[in-house]
Amino acid sequence: MTFVNEAIVDISGLTKTFGTTRALDRLDLTVTRGEVHGFLGPNGAGKSTTIRVLLGMLRKDSGEVRLFGGDPWRDAAHLHRRLAYVPGDVNLWPNLTGGQVIDLLGRLRGGLDEERRHGLVERFELDPTKKGRSYSKGNRQKVALVAALASDVDLLVLDEPTSGLDPIMESVFTEYVEQFRAGGGTVLLSSHILAEVERLCDRVSIIRSGRRVETGTLADLRHLTRTSVVAELARPVTGLAELPGVHDLDVQGERAIFEVDTVRIDEAVGLLHRAGIRSLTATPPTLEELFLRHYGDEIPAADPEREADGS
Amino acid sequence: MTGTGRFLVAFLRRDRWHYLWWALGATLLYYSQAVSVKGLYTTQAEFDRAAASMQDNTAFIAMAGPARALNTIGGQVMWQASAFGAVVVGLMSMFLVGRHTRVEEESGRDELLRASAVSRHASLTAALVGSLLANVLVGALVAVSLVSFPLDRADSVAVGVGLALCGWVFTGAALVAAQLTSSTRGMYAVSGAVIAVVYALRAIGDVGDPVLSWLSPIGWYQAMHPYSGLRWGPALLLLGLAAAASGAAYALFGRRDFGGGVWAARPGPDRAEPSLTTALGFAWWLQRASIIGWTGGIALLGLAYGSIGDDVGTLIGDSSGSQDVFVQGGGSLVDGFYAVAIAVIALVGAGFTVSSALRPHSEEESGRVEVLLATGLTRRRWLLAQVVVTIAGTLLVLAGGGLGLGVGFGLVTGDGGRIGPFLLDTVGYVAPSLVLAGLARLLYGVLPRWAYLAWAGLGLGVLMVFFGPLLRLPGWLQGLSPYHHLALVPAEPFRWLPFVALLLVAGALTAVGLVGFGRRDLR
Repeated sequence: MTFVNEAIVDISGLTKTFGTTRALDRLDLTVTRGEVHGFLGPNGAGKSTTIRVLLGMLRKDSGEVRLFGGDPWRDAAHLHRRLAYVPGDVNLWPNLTGGQVIDLLGRLRGGLDEERRHGLVERFELDPTKKGRSYSKGNRQKVALVAALASDVDLLVLDEPTSGLDPIMESVFTEYVEQFRAGGGTVLLSSHILAEVERLCDRVSIIRSGRRVETGTLADLRHLTRTSVVAELARPVTGLAELPGVHDLDVQGERAIFEVDTVRIDEAVGLLHRAGIRSLTATPPTLEELFLRHYGDEIPAADPEREADGS
Repeated sequence: MTGTGRFLVAFLRRDRWHYLWWALGATLLYYSQAVSVKGLYTTQAEFDRAAASMQDNTAFIAMAGPARALNTIGGQVMWQASAFGAVVVGLMSMFLVGRHTRVEEESGRDELLRASAVSRHASLTAALVGSLLANVLVGALVAVSLVSFPLDRADSVAVGVGLALCGWVFTGAALVAAQLTSSTRGMYAVSGAVIAVVYALRAIGDVGDPVLSWLSPIGWYQAMHPYSGLRWGPALLLLGLAAAASGAAYALFGRRDFGGGVWAARPGPDRAEPSLTTALGFAWWLQRASIIGWTGGIALLGLAYGSIGDDVGTLIGDSSGSQDVFVQGGGSLVDGFYAVAIAVIALVGAGFTVSSALRPHSEEESGRVEVLLATGLTRRRWLLAQVVVTIAGTLLVLAGGGLGLGVGFGLVTGDGGRIGPFLLDTVGYVAPSLVLAGLARLLYGVLPRWAYLAWAGLGLGVLMVFFGPLLRLPGWLQGLSPYHHLALVPAEPFRWLPFVALLLVAGALTAVGLVGFGRRDLR
């Protein structure tokens, strides 16, 4: 067993159907030790279903699912002692205080770090003496987060963990996740908050309609997308329209506006250069554009060649 | 009072079906008494005899109210329906007020509404007026139905007016409770306790010191004496108390914060005691309140049956149909009566058993199981802990019923010797009840969508116990009910074979359910 690229989560070809709906369709997902892996996709893409299969709540139809090298369906409880899970929508028992829930979940997981528990309650400004029914959504989320982050585990499985948290609490969360990673921990983070993803994640996987459509580092993903170019030239450019990878070309005399696949940028700029560049603006895609492109409708079928290798 | 009218219209729209069903229910309660009393006795002499035996029965008086003019249809209607009718309007008022006060505040919707251009009291006033109107509707329908029966016009109107005024008092009480507590649950607990105390005061007063009945609004309602010398004075008491309570609610409303109550929400422990954080400890904690409540309630039911004592014959009367029910097991009428009483207690107690066995289902539906099972807790241990608590709870509930029965019997007859036997006889019903629990487990584990069908099992048990022998239903049909196989103790001697067999069936059903739960998707 090597510890460099050891897969903590290793899913390949996972299919899960509910009745006639195919929630997961040959999904692949790999999370290696020590990384924070962003798990992204539009609502209903199958993120939560994947996590629930991974936790042994749902039984897979076909495919391979390994968690810490074990079978999450058969050895669920045994494997669960090494992870902590925070669902996107935390439901608490109306009569149990937040503090009681933290202890309950922590002890069932095999113990809490008392010092960290104390620190987390303080940093999250959580009142642990309030009953579950009187917590707001954000506070219910904090209860589950404290219970998870104070546990001594190897893996955090977080399903949109910061929904309902204010920005200050969100940054407290980020800080603890970074600490956790610095200590050698692994994180699977499903999230819609792009700033959070950008700050925390080493790699991301984007899924749509139950299939992975993209995986890699954020830099890799950026590489796969288009750059917007605006150029003022000495004379009209030629050959740009014929260049593969150029889109939405708009030439007005000496001015050219277009988008180009980032892998083709060198050739495009070469053509511009021949026409004499007076000014050039090249804007890399923002994360939002990146995700909108993947979340939106105009997406080609997954093409294995396009999937960047994250290693 | 800007905005009150708009709120009121919105509330009335939202509640229109509630209004209708509560009003129809209450009307049916009164009207059906009139119909059934009229159909029951063919001659006035027969009616007089029945009335004479009823008016000496302390248990009945404690349950219904002071016995007046029981040999008239009107007197019977007032006696049998008024106390329960008052409880019905009490519950209706509590829920209607709760819906538009605490529930709205807890959900945050009220905040949204209050932030618009309305006066501070608008939603409170609308909730008050809405509930008052609902009670007027109930009272009016009851009065109209009784006048049309036909019963005396003025007295029938008084029955309706008194009922509506009782509802007004409970509306005021619920409105006060909504200001005192800071949660919907707390508000319902306080309002429910007020209804219970008001009912209990008149029960104790009616059989003992009449002063206590005069401390109870239900007592005032019954003191209006419709159909037996109507007087309107007590109605003024009801009106006065309703006004005072509503006024108090307004005063309290001004003194509390939005979302809070006059009584601050009590903080709980910030750490969990070790006993809570084991599978079994947690399952027990989850159901503790329900077990205590059911045990107490069933003990009271047992007490009520037991307090009939050995004076069973006069109560049942000479109707051959009812005699048949009680002597079906052979043996004496007293033993036959208590055999049925114990079966009834067991069937009511099975309500706890089925709801307890379905608790894992509601936990799963509300999404709280997932977090638990994502820890080191296995599915099997989690569910087994729930099974253990259901068994223990069922034993406790049945023991409570048997003990109540024995103690009630002992208090009335002075014979405490039956406490032990009654207790054992009742607890023996644990076997068929656990078969129902097993059915619930099986459905939950294998077909969770159909888990609530376990209630049908209890329904079948109830039908077979009451109607199986009377309707001479075929043996196989009666045999479907787990209750059919047990000896009707104490009318028949206890038999071990069916007892053990039922336990084995319960165990097998539970085992299949456990295996099924281990193999299916969580929902």
